Amino acid sequence: MARNVTTQRKIVNTVLAWGIGLLIFFPILWTILTSFKSEATAIADPPVFLFFDWTLDNYRVVQERSDYMRFLWNSVIIAGGSTLLGIIVAVPAAWSMAFVPSARTKDILLWMLSTKMLPAVGVLYPIYLIFIKMGLLDSRVGLTVVLMLINLPIIIWMLYTYFREIPGEILEAARMDGASLKEEILYVLTPMAVPGIASTVLLNIILAWNEAFWTLNLTAAKAAPLTAFIASYSSPEGLFYAKLSAASTMAIAPILILGWFSQKQLVRGLTFGAVK
Amino acid sequence: MATKASRSAARLMMAPAVILLLGWMLVPLCMTLYFSFKKYLPLRGGDLGWVGFDNYVRFFSSSAFWPSVIATLVIVGGVLAITVVFGILLAILLDQPMWGQGIVRILVIAPFFVMPTVSALVWKNMFMDPVNGLFAHLWKFFGAAPIEWLSQASMTSIVIIVAWQWLPFATLILLTAIQSLDSEQLEAAEMDGAPPLSRFGYITLPHLNRAITVVVLIQTIFLLSIFAEIFVTTQGSFGTKTLTYLIYQRVLESQNVGLGSAGGIFAVILANIVAIFLMRIVGKNLDA
Repeated sequence: MARNVTTQRKIVNTVLAWGIGLLIFFPILWTILTSFKSEATAIADPPVFLFFDWTLDNYRVVQERSDYMRFLWNSVIIAGGSTLLGIIVAVPAAWSMAFVPSARTKDILLWMLSTKMLPAVGVLYPIYLIFIKMGLLDSRVGLTVVLMLINLPIIIWMLYTYFREIPGEILEAARMDGASLKEEILYVLTPMAVPGIASTVLLNIILAWNEAFWTLNLTAAKAAPLTAFIASYSSPEGLFYAKLSAASTMAIAPILILGWFSQKQLVRGLTFGAVK
Repeated sequence: MATKASRSAARLMMAPAVILLLGWMLVPLCMTLYFSFKKYLPLRGGDLGWVGFDNYVRFFSSSAFWPSVIATLVIVGGVLAITVVFGILLAILLDQPMWGQGIVRILVIAPFFVMPTVSALVWKNMFMDPVNGLFAHLWKFFGAAPIEWLSQASMTSIVIIVAWQWLPFATLILLTAIQSLDSEQLEAAEMDGAPPLSRFGYITLPHLNRAITVVVLIQTIFLLSIFAEIFVTTQGSFGTKTLTYLIYQRVLESQNVGLGSAGGIFAVILANIVAIFLMRIVGKNLDA
């Protein structure tokens, strides 16, 4: 910024932005705070903000009572597995479209994106039926595959935009120097592609972790991930705010941390390159 | 640079992705289309034969259809209005010089990473609960009677929850777009004496045009199919039964697959109309 900004204006900006920022963040902050309260304190009238007896009880109770670890494990396997599968399928596809483009590459890319626009509810029963017939209902395998498929277009798209930024001249130079195709991929392309693949993985884990249509409709007790576990709190018994908060905090903490690392990729991944 | 050999290799490398997506798109869609012309009640007799367009007629003429269209429009429209207007304002604010910009950005973006079931339940219980919710305390503090948010103001409540989830997305994209605006243009206008409002109206807003369109289109596609937020709050009661939720209920709750499938086809067509516009913008950008 070449403009001279008065300190006074900067102070106003800072106060305003922090105020709004904290207001938007407040529900998350409140959840985290409540998770450290006793159930009685959690519904105290008037509400208490910081000055209460901090306790880790809720975290212990949630883990003991609800088999929390199993839900967490399901989330990890489903989000991680679908991302891994997606990358395995998408890397060759994106690579070939970026480096050996044909007249139809653009149409294929757009068509792939358009499959992402298919409303899930429109194909709910067929998928449900296929899952029953194949014994996949409430299985981690089935859910992993479905989440891989719904996010595959985004993975391919993101990888494609990253790969396209790798200059083709470098490949030609490597070839001139006598590199074989294998060497070219292993020693030239891969190191340059790693950052792009890493951010694609990051964004996709976030999307898969938070997916809440298929995970709610295709699982019951066995394969349910955290989204479904939290949903089970929608018909609670007794006092449960503090426990709900503890469970929620545990479910969102890993993704909040991952998410903050992936702000930039978010724009690229979710606008399909339409905003840079 | 592409030889014949590398072309066929490229085709081979694309094959798994293309085949998977083609199968994922075509198989269930054809099944939905097939069911939509059948009377199909899995729990009450199964496949009861072809009925032509009967399901479509019944879906569109059922008393639940128009309310669900209205609920969908209100939610999509309300959330879009809030996220775009506040997204622009927030993006402009976050672009100003200040202390701790990075941290404020993180605070603003955070809701996007909260899973839908968590945000819906936290809002429902800890904010909108008529007895113990924070809003109830706030209302009482100002001497007003607490509102039963999810029943008396059900649509407002859902719009608040969903807008909170999507405001970060709009802000982040609009901020990215604003940061690509040449600040010299604004400075030149300022020196020529253009007041802030006209600088915004004649320079910033036109520059944001495409980003706003993209935000609107992408959000519309995702908002048309919000599910978890309704599933864990009102379950479709109090006028919050959207098209997506109505179809879900027809298909899985009342197991009237034929009727639900007709609705499903309608939802697919609706989403495609929005998608066509989005694809056009994305495609143009691909050429550039």
